[in-house]
This record gives sequence, structure tokens and C-alpha cells, in this order.
Amino acid sequence: MTETVGASTVRGLSREGIAQRLARDLRDGFVVNLGVGIPLLIPRFIPPGAEVILHAENGVLGLGPAPPAGQEDPDLTDAGKQPATLTSGAAIVDSAMSFAIVRGGHLDVTVLGALQVSERGDLANWYVPGRNPAVGGAMDLVAGAREVWAVMEHTDRSGRPKLVGRCTFPLTGRRVVTRVYTDLAVFHVEGGELRLKECAPGVPPEAVRARTEARYVEDL
Amino acid sequence: MIDKLRHDVMSVLEVVPSGASLAVGGFGSSGRPDTLLDALCDLDRRDLHLIVNNVGSDFTGVGRMLAEGRIRRLTASFPVLPEFYDEYFAGKVELELVPQGTLAERLRAGGAGIPAFYTPTSAGTMLSDGTFPLRYTGDGGTAECLPQREVRDFGGREHVLEYGIVADFGLVRAYQGDRKGNLRFHLSARNFNPVAGMSGRRVFAEIQHLVEVDALNPDDVHLPGVFVDDVLLASASSPKQPTIAGSSP
Repeated sequence: MTETVGASTVRGLSREGIAQRLARDLRDGFVVNLGVGIPLLIPRFIPPGAEVILHAENGVLGLGPAPPAGQEDPDLTDAGKQPATLTSGAAIVDSAMSFAIVRGGHLDVTVLGALQVSERGDLANWYVPGRNPAVGGAMDLVAGAREVWAVMEHTDRSGRPKLVGRCTFPLTGRRVVTRVYTDLAVFHVEGGELRLKECAPGVPPEAVRARTEARYVEDL
Repeated sequence: MIDKLRHDVMSVLEVVPSGASLAVGGFGSSGRPDTLLDALCDLDRRDLHLIVNNVGSDFTGVGRMLAEGRIRRLTASFPVLPEFYDEYFAGKVELELVPQGTLAERLRAGGAGIPAFYTPTSAGTMLSDGTFPLRYTGDGGTAECLPQREVRDFGGREHVLEYGIVADFGLVRAYQGDRKGNLRFHLSARNFNPVAGMSGRRVFAEIQHLVEVDALNPDDVHLPGVFVDDVLLASASSPKQPTIAGSSP
């Protein structure tokens, strides 16, 4: 917790590295929804042998990779409206059923980008006041999925912590986040308390401390 | 004999007045009923309340309605189109921003005779606490906010009361349909179409392929004809080129 460490250069994981680290925690048989941004880098890192079913809000269970050029079907897209494919054993449902899956607790994990996560697990990720508001399925996902894993850079572009005492951006959900994966560390939220579980290779705990506003317990 | 097949989209949609509320299927351009939306533009309908998940990314379909200034209120989860927000901040169009799953369930509930329901989605956020602007004044002020939701505790968790939506009209697009109005959708173009069809008091379906009655296996009917009033052939210019069995274009 020294200024020296706080000010020094710490090289954490790349965006791909964060995705790769998170993918290690996806288990065979999981049903998972991936948000936009870093979460979309995750599929390529899912461990071989682990069958993970990807859910898309527009009613796809068993989302596959993007199709080769020329084989796009306008009737098959992902939740970002990009052309998609299906994996073997896929299913299609309507939007009400898709969100029954979400809200009803049938997703094992939702992985979402974040603007801020608070020390008690509040998530802000849908709206920056002054910009164009759009919510999509984010509030349903955090309310319904069994686990909510936030994935983000540890600090914003100005170097300000994104793990905060209290979110200043509008909330997506209160006390919903169960894990946070950043370029510097992995945190779990247990019993309403943030716990540092792991530092990225070469990142000392003091460097994490210096870049985190939220209170947390070191549980390495 | 039940025959819901109509041939002239303009004369069928003539019954939709300006000021009507419309539940519209589609997710972006996928499964969006552009033939019907275009016809309403050509009929010069205005002051419309559109209930649709998103505007899309260009000036077709819902985007065309917006560009032509025909929308009074948008009920949606993900408007996207930047020009929509210009109109919203200028106070020219209202935005009832609704989480996507809540929107789907409100449409379903409206069509299922359920006036309201509780959901954990949006509890403790500005979409339920009465602070999200529904309408701006046009000079930077807020004219009106979304209403604060009633909150109730179930099992130690906060839930908010949401109301079912019964729209004046439902607009859907299907892959196949028969003269009885039975519809089958294709892949993720299904999305909001079944619930938009449930929500509308009168429902228009544009179909890419007309099939004979009994060509659809009863197990494969995604939205039965009981929800559908008028069946129209999708125009060739709508996103996916239709081929119409047993009928010349």
C-alpha cells in the first residue's frame, strides 16, 4: 500500500488474457450468457472437453462462432445482431422463453462488462449519464443468473479505480456480482464482502491495493 | 371457411389510425415486419406508440418511421439508432425504456390476460425508482419521468410491479403461414414475434412463404392462428427475398 508501488508500472493481463483466465473457470455443462466487449473473447478459450452452452438474449441456446463470409443467414444472429451459427444440439426459443431462462435462474453464469463494481457487489454497466441510454437484457441477466461475473479493466482510462466503495454510475443491479475478473486480479463476493482471491502473474497484492477504492479482504 | 389471407396490404392496414399503439416483432432487422411498417408509412400514419425491442441501425423499418417523424412514444430496451436519441433529447419522442426480459413478459402477459406481475429485474435502479426521463422539454429539462414502480418483498428480495401490454395492433413477420393464420418462424427471427402477436388486439402477419393448410405439422406451429387476424405476403423488398409457393409475386 505504498505510493511507490501505486505509481509504478504494473503490467497486468491483456483483454485476451482476462478472457482466457475467466474461461478456465467455466465448467463442463455450464449454460452461459456472454455480454459485449471482453466477454465476447471468451469462447475461443473454453477448455477443450468442456461443453459450454452459450445463450443469446434473442432466443438462442447453443450459439456457435460467426459463419464464414457468404454463409450468413439474416434469420440467425447473436444478441449483438451479428451473423451467427448454431452448435450441435442447439435450441431456438422466443424472447419470453429466452428471458424465462434468464430470470428463472436457469443460466449458470452471465459474464458482463462493467463500468463500476462496488464493494458489496453492486453493478453499474448500462448507462453513462449524458450518453444514449439503452439497457437491453442486462438488468434481467443480473437479476436472474445464478452467478454474475463482471469482467473489466481494473482502472478506467484516466487511471481511476473501477472497483469502488459505492457506484457513481446508475446501477444495473444491487448486490448481484459474484466475481470480478480484471487485468490485475480475481475477486469473489462472499457474504456481501469482496475478497481478493488471486493476482495476475507478476502483479503484487500491493499494486492491486493501490488501484482499488473498494474495501476488500485479502484471501489469496 | 376461415381465410385470413389478404392481398392488398394498404387496404388491410387502412384500419390502423394515427395515434395507435403497435406491438412489433423483430430483433434489429431480423424478423422485423418491414412490409407492414412500410405500408403504415405509405399510409401516412403518425403519432404512433411503437412497442418494439429496438429501432435498428438504419432508416428501414422502425428507423424509417422515426426518420419520417411518425413515432410519438417508443417502448423499447435498446433503441441504438443515434438519430432516435436526437429526437428524444429534443423532446420530440418519448422513450419508455424497459429491460428486454420485462418487455417480452409484459407483451406475453398482456396477451395472456395477466394485467400485472412482479419481477426482480430493475429493482433498485433508475428504471424503477421514478428518475428516468420519459420525455425531455427540449431545452435540457425533464418534462416527465417513468413512473416509480410499486415494490414488494418476496422471499427477502425486492420485486417491482410491471404491467402487461395490450397493444391496439400486433405486427409480426413469419417464415411460413397458412390461410388460418398458423405461423412458423425461422431460427432467431422468431424473437419477439410470438409475444407481439399475443399482445395485439388485432394482429397482422406478413409471411415469407404461404403454405397449404396441414402443410405445417401441428407440433411445429409456433403461433396459432387464434392470435392472427390478417395474413399478408411479405414484399420482395423486405430483408429476406420471399418465394411464394403456388402464387405469383
